Amino acid sequence: MVKKYLDKIRPNFEEGGKLSAFRSVFDGMETFLLVPNATSRFGVSIHDAIDSKRIMSFVVIALIPALLFGMYNVGYQNAAAAGMLSETSFIEMFMYGFALMLPRIIVSYGVGLGIEFVAAQWKKEEIQEGYLVSGLIIPMICPINTPLWMMAIAVAFAVIIGKEIYGGTGMNIFNPALIARAFLFFAYPTSMSGDQVWVATEKFLGLGYDLASDAVTQATPLGVAAAASSISEVDFTGTITGLIPGSVGETSVIAIAIGAVILLWTRIASWRTMGSVFAGGILTALLFNAMGLEGNVAAQMPWYEHIAAGGFCFGAVFMATDPVTSARTENGKFIYGFLIGVVAVLVRVLNPGYPEGMMLAILLMNMFAPLIDYVFVQRNINKRLSRVKK
Amino acid sequence: METLYKIKKGLDLNLEGEAPLTVKEAGLASEYAICPSDFTGVVPKLVVKEGDSVLAGSPLFVDKATERIAFVSPVSGKIKAIERGERRKILYIRIDADSTQAAKDFGSVDVNKVQKDEMLNLLLQSGLFAFFRQRPYDVVASPVDTPKAIFVSAFSKMPLAADFSFVAAGQENDFKLGIKALSKLAQVHVGVSPEQINTQILPLEGAKVSVFDGPNPAGNVGVHINHISPVNKGEVVWTMGAEAVIFIGRLVRTGKVDLTRIVAVGGSMAVEPSYVKTKIGAPLSSIIKTKEGNVRVVDGNPLVGKKACLKCFLSAYATEVCALPEGDDVNELFGWIMPRLNDFSTSHSYLSWLMGKNKKYNLDCRIKGGERHMIMSAEYERVFPMDIYPSYLIKAIITGDIDRQEALGMYEVAPEDFAVAEFIDSSKLELQRIVREGLDILRKENS
Repeated sequence: MVKKYLDKIRPNFEEGGKLSAFRSVFDGMETFLLVPNATSRFGVSIHDAIDSKRIMSFVVIALIPALLFGMYNVGYQNAAAAGMLSETSFIEMFMYGFALMLPRIIVSYGVGLGIEFVAAQWKKEEIQEGYLVSGLIIPMICPINTPLWMMAIAVAFAVIIGKEIYGGTGMNIFNPALIARAFLFFAYPTSMSGDQVWVATEKFLGLGYDLASDAVTQATPLGVAAAASSISEVDFTGTITGLIPGSVGETSVIAIAIGAVILLWTRIASWRTMGSVFAGGILTALLFNAMGLEGNVAAQMPWYEHIAAGGFCFGAVFMATDPVTSARTENGKFIYGFLIGVVAVLVRVLNPGYPEGMMLAILLMNMFAPLIDYVFVQRNINKRLSRVKK
Repeated sequence: METLYKIKKGLDLNLEGEAPLTVKEAGLASEYAICPSDFTGVVPKLVVKEGDSVLAGSPLFVDKATERIAFVSPVSGKIKAIERGERRKILYIRIDADSTQAAKDFGSVDVNKVQKDEMLNLLLQSGLFAFFRQRPYDVVASPVDTPKAIFVSAFSKMPLAADFSFVAAGQENDFKLGIKALSKLAQVHVGVSPEQINTQILPLEGAKVSVFDGPNPAGNVGVHINHISPVNKGEVVWTMGAEAVIFIGRLVRTGKVDLTRIVAVGGSMAVEPSYVKTKIGAPLSSIIKTKEGNVRVVDGNPLVGKKACLKCFLSAYATEVCALPEGDDVNELFGWIMPRLNDFSTSHSYLSWLMGKNKKYNLDCRIKGGERHMIMSAEYERVFPMDIYPSYLIKAIITGDIDRQEALGMYEVAPEDFAVAEFIDSSKLELQRIVREGLDILRKENS
């Protein structure tokens, strides 16, 4: 039935049809609805059922626990700041967060996929699914108070400058979601960090509470540590469950762990990368503990708090493991991941200006990933050369 | 004692319609045809014209480069037609077979006494040299080269592949004779599977035998070369299919060329899969019967074989023929999220990992996804048991960087080595085509 309908409307979208300017959109929808039934002409006659749509869909599924929890936490933080926690039901809190997040997701997908469709149309290629993941990650790694227009600009910047100019998904050097986050971070620093951006302050669709804007200063645990207040203010249980202020998707370690299990089980994310990010972060944190830098609260945070706080888990699970921008050799992944963990904690501890280092760590290592691979590939090449000389 | 090589990387596929171990006779067909393009890298120069009479073993064409390699007729009869395609490329040389067959006599040879040059000339004239392929480039070997070694793989782990131990049953002496004849030309290495150690094809005189234990593509001769003696720049190794070695054995024993071969016929759309005794160039319709429906006939196995049809002819190197559902009439809704229990995948986002190793799959020929840039990393590396980075090599081929291809091991590979990687590729790149074209360009540049 679906097939019949698609066959009926297809001529409109083909070369010369009325709607040929939307060919890429039609293609995208068709392959979304039906598995393409083109058969192979050369090479293998049979194929594995896996394709990039399936892979990207599973990353999106893995993101959902963190997203749902983030929605609830938006409502929770709002109610907590208003002092109305006991009066607000779970459903209300969730619906408030849902109502705030939905427009963000729509803007992110609308702008990003819009650009992708245009690019695909222009290059006469199929739509690439990569943005399905980036488009969901972007609203999740931004503070809930990021204005929609800012997000739209960041998305456009990320997709065009971060991805399409390199040739699209699979060719980009930097993780597009992090490009968007970094763009916002440097272009609009006041909306991206500090103490006032993490809690939604306005009523939305009759849900939530209006808060006097200057009344809300809710720092994230890392913000607290960077401001060198007493370490006891970092609430470790809160960082595990996630009922703390922070970017929407990053707060709950439990929700992220569910995503991690899905990604590792389906082998979409590499355990090598993910594991070594944690190893790097833990070792560096232990090292700083041992050095005992007086007066630097971040240096004295125990390793488990470093891991649980901020975007460490989210970055390690969902962004360091991006197969395109991470190291592509199996051994290189160990080094790549390890250095992300090291740099993330380094930035947290040694740079008082930036309470969070995960974003910069991953972007930095994105840049070095080809170099790491080069070392391993070159070893293989040298081995081959030395065989000739013998 | 044979050296044992354990292969860890790779993937065994279990497909429906594997041929049971019974042999049927295809009988003599009325028409046979040889396709020069089966012999990769050879520019043919015809030595017959339409209406000529030929014997089994008479040359049909020679290679233009040296004019020393003969390509011979599998049967005696009359040249019915020389079919040409675009730019007068020869598609088929069709031969009407005589009802009583006669073969050209090259005179039998005593392999214990024969000299290297004598053996080489016999192979060249009898057309059996054409079954040598060489690395680099995976093309028909050239008699001008001196190979470092000759590699023969006595087994294949490809899905629906013919079991050589069964095919060789009763012909073991010819196989051994053939290996001995090859040993006159260069050092011979034979790769066998652990199951073959106690079969009649061993022991082999004049060859080093190595055992390769592991999943597909452990039976690929390229994997054997890479483990035993990798091809360096400037070196040449020759390879030959184990079935072609039997041809050589028959030739030295009887003096006659007999291109009779037992092929495995299978696939879920084949009627009564079995082994079939036939000759190279036989019409596929005489070998396989397909079920009703939208069927693809593959000349070869599902991973390496060519898309063919019932009007096509058995190609020179094919050791199996199979029939698979084409699948272009299947419309699956929401494939990106459905469980798709009957589909096979190495990805755990499907459930085939739960089904156990013995479940047989009926896969159709759909690509099941759109072509993308290489997104997932180290995907090919998982099923590529050679000391090579396949994804980097593929990128070097796509970008046309010849120096880098050379550095990354281009001289060691053949398209078939990438078959399993192409099967599991989530970006759906046509790896075997990419490698073939890359090798052709490289060969042109280097000549």
